[in-house]
Amino acid sequence: MRPFEAATASPGDPWLNIAIFGAFVAITMIIVFRASRNNKTASDYYAAGRSFTGGQNGSAIAGDYLSAASFLGIVGAIAVTGYDGFLYSIGFLVAWLVALLLVAELLRNTGRFTMADVLSFRLSQRPVRIAAATTTLVVCFFYLLAQMAGAGGLVSLLLGIGDEVGQALVITVVGALMILYVLIGGMKGTTWVQIIKAGLLIAGAAVMTVWVLAVNGFNLSTLLDNAVATAGNPAILDPGLKYGVSEIAKLDFLSLGLALVLGTAALPHVLMRFYTVPTAKEARKSVVWAIWLIGIFYVFTLVLGYGAAALIGPETIAAAPGGANSAAPLLAFELGGPVLLGLIAAIAFATILAVVAGLTITAAASFAHDIYASVVKKGKPEAGAEVKVARRTVVVIGVIAIIGGIGANGQNVAFLVALAFAVAASANLPTIVYSLFWRRFTTRGALWSMYGGLVSAILLIALSPVVSGTPTSMLPGADFDIVPLSNPGIISIPLAFLLGWLGTVLDTRREDPAKQSEMEVRSLTGVGAEKATSH
Amino acid sequence: MGNDARSANTTEPVVDYRAIQQSPEFQTLRRTHRNFVFPVIGACLLWYIAYVLLAGYAHDFMSTPVFGSVNVAILLGLAQVVTTFAVTTWYVRFANSRLDPLAEEIRDSIELDAAAASDAEVNR
Repeated sequence: MRPFEAATASPGDPWLNIAIFGAFVAITMIIVFRASRNNKTASDYYAAGRSFTGGQNGSAIAGDYLSAASFLGIVGAIAVTGYDGFLYSIGFLVAWLVALLLVAELLRNTGRFTMADVLSFRLSQRPVRIAAATTTLVVCFFYLLAQMAGAGGLVSLLLGIGDEVGQALVITVVGALMILYVLIGGMKGTTWVQIIKAGLLIAGAAVMTVWVLAVNGFNLSTLLDNAVATAGNPAILDPGLKYGVSEIAKLDFLSLGLALVLGTAALPHVLMRFYTVPTAKEARKSVVWAIWLIGIFYVFTLVLGYGAAALIGPETIAAAPGGANSAAPLLAFELGGPVLLGLIAAIAFATILAVVAGLTITAAASFAHDIYASVVKKGKPEAGAEVKVARRTVVVIGVIAIIGGIGANGQNVAFLVALAFAVAASANLPTIVYSLFWRRFTTRGALWSMYGGLVSAILLIALSPVVSGTPTSMLPGADFDIVPLSNPGIISIPLAFLLGWLGTVLDTRREDPAKQSEMEVRSLTGVGAEKATSH
Repeated sequence: MGNDARSANTTEPVVDYRAIQQSPEFQTLRRTHRNFVFPVIGACLLWYIAYVLLAGYAHDFMSTPVFGSVNVAILLGLAQVVTTFAVTTWYVRFANSRLDPLAEEIRDSIELDAAAASDAEVNR
């Protein structure tokens, strides 16, 4: 299933695909240039001057969140492994309730640019900020890798480029474009790319969904029957095809479910989006918009996944270049020929571009704001230096993303993203919840929880079958899979909560109660929250 | 940085957050907020975990066809989507009608006090 080894013939017309994607790039580039005229201060560059409305930000959140993993990965997972793929959709959606009810507004009221702003608010600045920046960078890296892994498979399928050099070249072009967007456009440009992409993605998925339903007489039951008939396996309608084979697989599935539902509200690039609106009320509105758009989209994925199973068949999909990730593009070709494939292909590339841009600006902001300005320069960087550092970091991260993308193999991208969720839920969520809701929480608790969650999650992944021991592992030759679970969440998330509690209880130092009062009052009332900058 | 946000805004007068935190108005806001979000998120997570456990361990039940080939698993999955939409709408209504007025009142009184204090500063 590795794209490099697979057949390379594209079912569509590569030049048409390139032309449609080129048009997308040209249009968004113009918008980014126009939007980025006044990108001077850190607030402009990281938070788009806090000038977006709830509706705009909600669409951008959908654009940021509905990654290649959601579109290609979930449709492919449903097409190949049946109902088990749909569980990703449900977890990814329900997770937004945690963000809505517990995190979004309180975070908007207390922070400025990054997750670390909130976590270090009432604790010791230096150590907590360094820890939060570390977890931010690691989660962004995992997520980046997942997105770029999708790019490789997509290239071989859509552009008919089979050799490694050609694929590497295309990934480099995509990465270079992303760097350009983020360098010029900052958060404002990134946001516009995400809004446009969200509109295209949801519209494209809607068209295909209606089309699939029309082919099946607008009857969900008929669609399912056809999927069963083509697949030759009635089990694709039931849970358990992938995760029901053994007791370990079932536990793995529970672990995955936990990571999905608790990871979203701890993803740094999602959290950062809440700073782009002027008030907590707009942050709330953003989440509501995002939940509706994302929820509707995930219902589409159910139809598209079973549609791909019905019209193409799981075996054909699994054997195609790009493997399961090719289900959505193949379905587009089956329905609308080369033109629809070209459109969907362009949308898929735009998706990767927009999500990678969002991750890159988040990682760059965290490095420049948390590490450089706050820790290295002790909160007093020279004027303009912070944004300069952020821009340089963008280039570095862009290069890392390109190299990662070239090196990444054809694993299902939904699965790789799930690992990023597990790391986020373990390393970040306990500290976010404790610092917002637990008065007694201390620096030691935060450090134990963040480092403990991060290290345990990564260690468990490293020792799992994902990395070694099976033919589909990253290192198929090696064999050190001591931990049978593929997803670490069920161990590392409770562990991180426990460590946060334990560290706090064992901490002899008490935090400044005045800071706790200030944080609680500000988080709930919005007093002293960062205002929008007017242009 | 929490204090960074403050230092960026050096004209902001010092507010006695501890007194506000202990005021009955703020305690009401805090209680109203917590009494809503904690039980609701708890119930939603339980409902979700129950669904995941059913999908993992109750294959026969989940595979029961309800109408045509549409089975319990698909209906429960769609039910999760529906409850997510419903809770979202419920929370927004609650926040708009119950939380926002309380928060606004406290915010206005703090900002009014602060403005009065800085006026006094100027007139001195």
